[in-house]
Amino acid sequence: MRRFLLIAVPYAWLLVLFLVPFLIVLKISLSDAALARPPYTPHFEWAEGVWAFFSQLDFENFVFLTSDSLYWKAYLGSLQIALISTVFTLLIGYPIAYGMARAPEEWRPTLMMLVILPFWTSFLIRVYAWMGILSKEGFLNQFLLWSGIINEPLVILNTNTAVYIGIVYTYLPFMILPVYAALDRMDGSLIEAAEDLGCSRLTAFWLVTIPLSRNGIVAGCFLVFIPAMGEFVIPSLLGGSRTLMIGKVLWEEFFSNRDWPVASAVAVVLLLILIVPIMLFQRNQQKQAEAEQ
Amino acid sequence: MAANEFAPWEDPQAKPLIRFRNVTKRFGEFTAIDNITLDIYAQEFFALLGPSGCGKTTMMRMLAGFENLTEGVIELDGVDVGNVAPNKRAVNMMFQSYALFPHLTVWENIAFGLRRAKMPAADLTNRVEEMLKLTRLERFSSRKPHQISGGQRQRVALARSLAKAPKLLLLDEPLGALDKKLRQETQFELMDIQEKTGTTFVIVTHDQEEAMTVASRVAVMDEGNLMQVATPDRIYENPNSVYVADFIGDVNLIKGTAKSIGEGQYQINWMESLPPLNAKSSLPLSDGQSCHLAIRPEKVAINAEKPEGAVNAVQGKVLDIAYLGNLSTYYVQLADGTIIKAQTANTRRISRRSFTWEDPVWLSWTATAGVLLES
Repeated sequence: MRRFLLIAVPYAWLLVLFLVPFLIVLKISLSDAALARPPYTPHFEWAEGVWAFFSQLDFENFVFLTSDSLYWKAYLGSLQIALISTVFTLLIGYPIAYGMARAPEEWRPTLMMLVILPFWTSFLIRVYAWMGILSKEGFLNQFLLWSGIINEPLVILNTNTAVYIGIVYTYLPFMILPVYAALDRMDGSLIEAAEDLGCSRLTAFWLVTIPLSRNGIVAGCFLVFIPAMGEFVIPSLLGGSRTLMIGKVLWEEFFSNRDWPVASAVAVVLLLILIVPIMLFQRNQQKQAEAEQ
Repeated sequence: MAANEFAPWEDPQAKPLIRFRNVTKRFGEFTAIDNITLDIYAQEFFALLGPSGCGKTTMMRMLAGFENLTEGVIELDGVDVGNVAPNKRAVNMMFQSYALFPHLTVWENIAFGLRRAKMPAADLTNRVEEMLKLTRLERFSSRKPHQISGGQRQRVALARSLAKAPKLLLLDEPLGALDKKLRQETQFELMDIQEKTGTTFVIVTHDQEEAMTVASRVAVMDEGNLMQVATPDRIYENPNSVYVADFIGDVNLIKGTAKSIGEGQYQINWMESLPPLNAKSSLPLSDGQSCHLAIRPEKVAINAEKPEGAVNAVQGKVLDIAYLGNLSTYYVQLADGTIIKAQTANTRRISRRSFTWEDPVWLSWTATAGVLLES
């Protein structure tokens, strides 16, 4: 009985805070837009009966998504930005995590602290700070002009480059922490054993360090990719009019167009797209847990 | 010593496989290895023995190439290996933690070094199979290290380090993680494999029993110095210092002053109220020089009556008995409080033991039983 209660708590949490809202969104996505409050029909009426209610639902909004190229271009744009950002986050995060794991023992808590430190300020403020850095009169351009590297200010803000910078910066800790955890657990004598058996430093890294930190890499990539895919704040603040990401489209449908059913359909499709990597991530975690037993 | 016995260190013509020449290693201010000169010969099973922090692991890591020397030269087969990287040395190491690659199977672990050496596939398969057979691991070849027992992991580590047929195999506390029974079996297995492969083994251990069992020669180390390098029996029977006598096995150390009575015979005055002890020694001790007499407990006889014609005999009473099953160690207290240990084999059942607590007894030993050591 106590065990049942213990298991029931997280399930109840998921049911109330995830499944029920999702079903509501799903229902709205199957409804029609209306000039009303809330701006869609039908609403469930006991008097009309369940069947009458369901018969009014249709997939019209999903069909609409396929008719306008904006939507699938936005999905592809998000996918591309999320993938490329994940690669860059890995390329930058892995050496940082490696350096942390190799640092003297007494330094590590400080380094860890420095990685987590940005979370102490609001995410929004940090993204605004990047606007100050990347804008035409921003710190970066001022510095580059002052040092004579460039003569004309670079246009970075309101381009995809700024979005990449923003995403990589924001999600870097999510890459560093799992990779660091994997590297930190690794027995240093494994590298010595590899060298002893004829590996150069580089091959030892490639044949031992990388495979043994694989779980950390996979976890980090998913932790970056999944939220980056639906990212809305960074592209709308740092990106330009040509930055096409599905999060931004979603926001505009909801708040500018007030077309909740189409917005909900966009959200449902996004979720379906993300379910694949989420399930792969879950499997990776599970395999890792099994391997550690 | 028999002529056919393996003892290259006694042959001045023999060329050593490894030569440490005035090797010093410092870590900052700390001197881990202090000017050591040592020869190790091909096909030896050489043990570096000492308490933790004595420098034995540093010696091994210098041989493997993981530590640079501060001063001196290490030669392997006549070549200075001071600046040769670990992956370029014909030396392999078996790590204390085994350091098996957890993401590879037993088979792949053993093949790892051979693959790096670009061995052709057919030869590689044969070599791995041969190693699996040597270490009786055929049935486990497709398992991952976490799916086999500690003893099996130890054998995988051994097979992996032997696979490349190194000139020299280093073993860092190879049996440390095994329980006692398995350790004893594995000791003989190690010796067997060493003999079969003809590889030179250098083993690091803090377990003197292990060193004595497996090694052809033992180097006893303390604080970065070699205290004594000799065969196990010489280390035990003829320790050259109080440190070695005390470190290896159990010993009674009696402090006194020597007085020569000719022909390598000495009288040791050790207590005013008691007659001097007699000992033979080849040490040139001057009269009145202070010395230690080291006697192993098993060389001290214990009797109820004073034995007739004993060269050395003292009286005391049994203070304590350590019952070890096959042996009993009697802690006998002399009149002045000195405690001398005497060990006897329990050839009779315990209920028929001759002595018990508080019994007055006589301890006796011959003139050659003890070893005279300079203080």
